[in-house]
Amino acid sequence: MARLIIMGGGVSGHTTATFAKKWLGEEHEVVVVTPNSQWNWIPSNIWVGVGQMSKKDVVFPLAPVYAKAGIDYRQAKAVSIHPNGKEGSDESYIIIESTKEGTQGQTEELTYDYLVNATGPKLNFDATEGLGNGKGELGNNTVSVCTADHAVHANIELKQLFEKARKAKQDGTGERQKILVGTGHGMCTCQGAAFEYIFNIEHEAKKAGVRDMIDIKWISNEAFLGDFGMGGLHMKVGGYAVSSKLFAESLYAERNVDWIIGAHTSKVEAGKIEYELLDGTMHEETFDFAMLIPPFAGVGLKGYDKDGSDISDTLFAPNGFMKVDAKYDAGAYENWKASDWPETYQNPTFDNIFAAGIAFAPPHLISKPMSSPNGTPINPTPPRTGMPAGIIGKAVAHSVCDMIKKGKENAHLHKASMADMGAACVASAGKGIFDGTAAAMTVYPVVPDFEKYPGTGRDTDYTFGEIGLAGHWIKHILHHMFIYKAKLKPGWTLIPE
Amino acid sequence: MKQEEVNFGKSDQFNLTMIPGSFARRMRTCLIWQFFRFTVINIKMLIVVSKSH
Ligand SMILES: Cc1cc2nc3c(=O)[nH]c(=O)nc-3n(C[C@H](O)[C@H](O)[C@H](O)COP(=O)(O)OP(=O)(O)OC[C@H]3O[C@@H](n4cnc5c(N)ncnc54)[C@H](O)[C@@H]3O)c2cc1C
Repeated sequence: MARLIIMGGGVSGHTTATFAKKWLGEEHEVVVVTPNSQWNWIPSNIWVGVGQMSKKDVVFPLAPVYAKAGIDYRQAKAVSIHPNGKEGSDESYIIIESTKEGTQGQTEELTYDYLVNATGPKLNFDATEGLGNGKGELGNNTVSVCTADHAVHANIELKQLFEKARKAKQDGTGERQKILVGTGHGMCTCQGAAFEYIFNIEHEAKKAGVRDMIDIKWISNEAFLGDFGMGGLHMKVGGYAVSSKLFAESLYAERNVDWIIGAHTSKVEAGKIEYELLDGTMHEETFDFAMLIPPFAGVGLKGYDKDGSDISDTLFAPNGFMKVDAKYDAGAYENWKASDWPETYQNPTFDNIFAAGIAFAPPHLISKPMSSPNGTPINPTPPRTGMPAGIIGKAVAHSVCDMIKKGKENAHLHKASMADMGAACVASAGKGIFDGTAAAMTVYPVVPDFEKYPGTGRDTDYTFGEIGLAGHWIKHILHHMFIYKAKLKPGWTLIPE
Repeated sequence: MKQEEVNFGKSDQFNLTMIPGSFARRMRTCLIWQFFRFTVINIKMLIVVSKSH
């Protein structure tokens, strides 16, 4: 009997665990180590953040699902990996620390034959002064929608601001409210989430009758609107192949949302941020309500050798994400190739360790690297959205199952390169069955391949985008479909990642 | 003044982009058109999904 441990029960890890268990059956053990007791469909946190959904609509308890599937579930966080065992034992193991009420803080060693790191991102609020609270958590100056609890809090604050705006309108004081949404650091990713949040706020403000009392502004580290960490995309519209820049700018102008781009938020205070622009100039912006996405980093796992020496550098890149089969020495932007991107997500040093989803270290950015004359890097880091995270998780499950069943020598490693994979993204721009809208986009491939598709780097037949009510319906259906799938309800395997 | 023209005047950034007119805006929530687009977008997405697995 082999034991597969998956660290992280989010989008990617849950996919790996559930497929691995289905394919391995009772003969082998699948263990999930994750600190959360509930699974969260993160994309719908946006709707929690504007009060259109409640927390219970976007989460469900993991324990019954894993019990039904026969997966050994440990509510704990992984702390360290010991791939070569310890003194007196060659068995690979990890150390986990319980996060369950009653046993919180207790540590345990878990041996493994195969290990998948799907721990996602650390929300690195403290990377920007005043964005975090100094203890690694969200500070008091801004709100976040990255977790369901954050989103619940964001909605409370947003509704208070709407109330102030309503009162000012009623009393005729003319006092305006100012909302700032975007990225909280020059090296952020996940601009898509902030994009959805700002347009959902705008939509809700209109519905609440207070839009005319609120100024809404976007701030982001993208060099141009519509970059989204993917270097933008070109799509075919009305017989033209056009840049996403044009479409993004059009939407912002239509909805009266001002923008600041190429910005590194360097400091956050109550009601004010300081930021540096790509031209090196420093500026300030005030706000009454701000949602700034934090930069992401690895979750801080450590690696130790048999003798206790620290081998974290062997397992992880400097940003804390796990090294996989990517080309990490590609050098300057001009040398970047689609083939730099990993295919199997196997760790180059330990062939029984894989990383899936956000947890793997990308070889480099996708967007063009930029920095200010002061040397401050201001560019989006690569996004790894839900669809790639799920597809990678499934490919890794496939590889590990093959290795367990056929032996390492005969196993076929399954590939899921982001340079050979598309993504379907639906970015909500307001919720409502008859008046909602969303930008429905597909991009193929996620990482541009300029050798295969000279010019735009992507296949313009499969890269498109349009905004409308149909996109909103799709987003709503996806919400229910993915929660259904994650609960392993009948036919769950038929729903694609 | 038409709605799109109001926003063009609000800032230089807005002035240099394109803003949909009333027809394009109406089509975004026109049920018949959006049912049709729903089918088309789903087909396109399914093709991309199938190419990616
Ligand atoms: C607000 C928001 C909206 C988004 N909207 C979209 C969208 O519309 N479409 C889309 O495709 N993508 C969207 N994304 C991105 C999407 O959520 C991610 O791509 C996806 O969650 C990545 O999956 P993952 O498994 O790598 O990470 P996660 O889903 O974050 O899972 C990581 C898991 O690891 C656990 N973990 C952390 N530390 C440890 C540890 N030490 N040991 C064990 N476990 C650990 C975490 O608790 C978590 O359960 C959005 C993201 C945000 C924040």
